[in-house]
Amino acid sequence: MHLDHPDVYPHRHTYSAASPLRPDGRRRALRIGLGGPVGSGKTATVAALCRSLREELSIAVITNDIYTREDAEFLLRNAVLPPERITAVETGACPHTAIRDDISANLEAVEDLEAVFSSSSVGPLDLILVESGGDNLTATFSKGLVDAQIFVIDVAGGDDIPRKGGPGVTTADLLVVNKTDLAPYVGADLEGMARDAEAQRGDLPVAFTSLTAEDGVAPVRDWVRGQLAAWTTPAA
Amino acid sequence: MGAGHAALLVLADGRFPAGGHAHSGGAEAAVKAGRVTDAASLEDFCRGRLHTAGLSAAALAAAAAAGVDPLALDDAADARTPSPALRATARRLGRQMTRAARAAWPSPELDALAAARPRGAHQPVVLGLTARAAGLGPLDAAHAAAYEAVSGPATAVVRLLGLDPFDATAVLARLAPELDHVAERAAEAARRAVHEGPDALPACSAPLLDITAEQHAAWPVRLFAS
Ligand SMILES: Nc1nc2c(ncn2[C@@H]2O[C@H](COP(=O)(O)OP(=O)(O)OP(=O)(O)O)[C@@H](O)[C@H]2O)c(=O)[nH]1
Ligand SMILES: [Mg+2]
Repeated sequence: MHLDHPDVYPHRHTYSAASPLRPDGRRRALRIGLGGPVGSGKTATVAALCRSLREELSIAVITNDIYTREDAEFLLRNAVLPPERITAVETGACPHTAIRDDISANLEAVEDLEAVFSSSSVGPLDLILVESGGDNLTATFSKGLVDAQIFVIDVAGGDDIPRKGGPGVTTADLLVVNKTDLAPYVGADLEGMARDAEAQRGDLPVAFTSLTAEDGVAPVRDWVRGQLAAWTTPAA
Repeated sequence: MGAGHAALLVLADGRFPAGGHAHSGGAEAAVKAGRVTDAASLEDFCRGRLHTAGLSAAALAAAAAAGVDPLALDDAADARTPSPALRATARRLGRQMTRAARAAWPSPELDALAAARPRGAHQPVVLGLTARAAGLGPLDAAHAAAYEAVSGPATAVVRLLGLDPFDATAVLARLAPELDHVAERAAEAARRAVHEGPDALPACSAPLLDITAEQHAAWPVRLFAS
């Protein structure tokens, strides 16, 4: 027996996030990943972004809980988005595998959401946020899954994390240093964190946030708006 | 036979990105129930799974690799999977495998199956068709399916129990001769199925796996999706 398809069968590369277009030729939703250590404020950031942007954008969220559906349920309980806009992916005790090494379950969730909304009267999504399960400093998203990624750390996790670097801190498109309101209580040196982050990241942006403050998510929201503007503007 | 063994190594690699890492093959429920506690009980569990669900899966995969109609095999897989939770799991994993397979070994047959079953065909059927697209034969497909039937639970138990990974790998090594035997039986059944249809395939099942899969699907807190 030999291969059924002759060599002329074209190679296809359309099964990853690489294509920015939907089957109908229009631009698909921008996909932004949020990763970072356990408890740094990923879900709180997602919730704040949704509250702040849901009037102007059609948003959906995918959570990657490690062993529960807590993140998805938190978003539901707090009525951040209606249930049809939230999908929970199960990761088998290995959150970084599901966002980097084997992205198949997350891609399916992304595409299902896109398909449901595109074919409904609501119309296509503008933005899909993918929250990783809390993981370690090396956990980054595959480019096959997301178009841009945010790495969320917090001041209480130790102000030496930006200095330690690692793929998340060093390469994420946006580094968020959250819970600045706690800095005085944990003796975190915010200026030192900013210096270390710049040393690791060069020109890549860093946002310091306190989500307990009024509109504390503003710097992240502004960055997301910038990404969306770049995404929806056709390349010259 | 088209391809040599290298394509089989690619397909059977635990890092093949088709979603298997999130599933325990029933091991999580067995650990919780106290039926798997160490290497010896893991071996018992894997042996049971290999000769039941593993044989059925291997035969479906071998038949798909042999060119039996994948849609008829998909129906045969449904008939051999009484648990709705396991049907859903098999289709979800089948869909994930379809994605990886079409990127790795583009094939009109995989495209046709994806179009006919957009929510996913049963994973062993997709695995067999993938083997076919990779130029592998029915026995290769049966080996890959049979190996998955035991390697998934073994990996999961390392995570669930903190079982010594060397012990878990030794379990798989001890099962290898039986695995060869199961694969040969599956390939033999697949040869008959080419002429007699899917009814010639074995329909072995493990009722306890079906029952605990239903229970596991309802747990509020779990490490693995199945
Ligand atoms: N003081 C303070 N608490 C915050 C801030 N942001 C989040 N929190 C709290 O920190 C805790 C963890 O926040 P989450 O958003 O659940 O963190 P996470 O990164 O999603 O956590 P995992 O998904 O479990 O990894 C919650 O109790 C939040 O209310 C902040 O800016 N300041
Ligand atoms: Mg969270």
